[in-house]
Amino acid sequence: MLTKEDTHKELFTMGHTGCSGCAQSMAVKLILEVLGKNTIATTATGCLEVFSTRYPESSWRIPWIHSLFENSAAVASGIEAALKITGRKNGTTVLAQGGDGGTADIGLQALSGMFERGHDVLYVCYDNGAYMNTGYQRSGLTPFDAYTTTSPSGKQSFGNSRPKKYMPQIAMAHRIPYTAVASAGYPVDLQKKIKKAASITGPKYVQIDVPCTPGWKYEPRYSVKIARLAVQTGLYPLFEAEYDKIISVKKISKKVPVEEYLKLQGRFKHLFKDEAGRMEIEKIQKIADENIVKFGLL
Amino acid sequence: MDFDFKIGIIALPGAALANKTGSFANEVPVFKQKTCTGCNLCIYYCPEGVVYGDKKTKIYNFDADYCKGCGICAEECPVDDIEMVLVEK
Ligand SMILES: Cc1ncc(C[n+]2csc(CCOP(=O)(O)OP(=O)(O)O)c2C)c(N)n1
Ligand code: SF4
Ligand code: SF4
Ligand SMILES: [Mg+2]
Repeated sequence: MLTKEDTHKELFTMGHTGCSGCAQSMAVKLILEVLGKNTIATTATGCLEVFSTRYPESSWRIPWIHSLFENSAAVASGIEAALKITGRKNGTTVLAQGGDGGTADIGLQALSGMFERGHDVLYVCYDNGAYMNTGYQRSGLTPFDAYTTTSPSGKQSFGNSRPKKYMPQIAMAHRIPYTAVASAGYPVDLQKKIKKAASITGPKYVQIDVPCTPGWKYEPRYSVKIARLAVQTGLYPLFEAEYDKIISVKKISKKVPVEEYLKLQGRFKHLFKDEAGRMEIEKIQKIADENIVKFGLL
Repeated sequence: MDFDFKIGIIALPGAALANKTGSFANEVPVFKQKTCTGCNLCIYYCPEGVVYGDKKTKIYNFDADYCKGCGICAEECPVDDIEMVLVEK
């Protein structure tokens, strides 16, 4: 039985200013439930950092530090090294967090260094597919053809013209002991992966698909549904890897056409206007189909 | 020189509870308690963590002080036992 008083004791507390329906805040809550009190966290600049620490308030009930936009992994490396050298590691999980921009773009160098040096840090990337905190600019993890304020759709363009970066594979290429891709649409799977990551010594990378209501332009009630559709279409394959080998994938029971996913989101609405848009949807279907084959999702 | 460091850059753990985000909500859930199976999914999926209740009695409720009215609990309830209603302010 969970009482109202219990809910006020969560390690990541309510009272933060994330948007109504923010899947990123849901993921953080689920992660801290698994990691527990003996955790020290860093957070790169971005939505999570801003909405969870509106001074003099904080949603964190664990030691927490705001790094810069680019160096969450470097700050976490320092914390881990200091705990080790002073003999105070004692099973503490060092959790480094960043958005997709803070991870795959500006923070990539710091993250690569953390992997290379072999720090015992769990790095979590909250992937909402753009720089949301500053007004929905394109990142390296923005999906193909999505509208963002720096990849607008119009007469000359269907939105983001570049493919989404294979960030988990970049982590795997460092041959770290554990890499996983999870989704706010599958909370049990997400918590299982975080638990496993925390049990492994060394650098770990977990990337989570976290829909964003104003950035993706949909009604808040669909956050979980959209996250699930991303998986069921094959557009966001969930898997686990040890070193550079994939060891498990989340199978999809029945392939869902990408339209089902795209049509719920305003960031893709320009694809539903005419024949040219329909051809673009076919390209997105091809991305999903290729994922299904590559990862053996069906 | 004497300094008073009481005002620092540290915020107390969980101090965000002072911020009643219930003011965000245009709609709030009603737990109809008719078809509920006690699956706990509403607790799992609420992004704010404001749903509480009991699997055994199948009685669930939410904290109106913090609920942002997103409607995810209602959307995800597999047996349609949660309904969103307009808040009157
Ligand atoms: C060096 C530097 N450049 C730019 C910024 C401005 N900035 C703050 S947050 C942010 C975007 C964050 O995007 P992302 O990492 O994807 O996180 P999200 O807000 O989407 O969760 C930017 C550009 C900054 N704080 N520091
Ligand atoms: S802009 Fe998006 S990521 Fe940021 S708080 Fe709102 S829903 Fe969450
Ligand atoms: S409407 Fe949203 S914030 Fe309110 S109880 Fe339901 S899931 Fe939680
Ligand atoms: Mg982002």
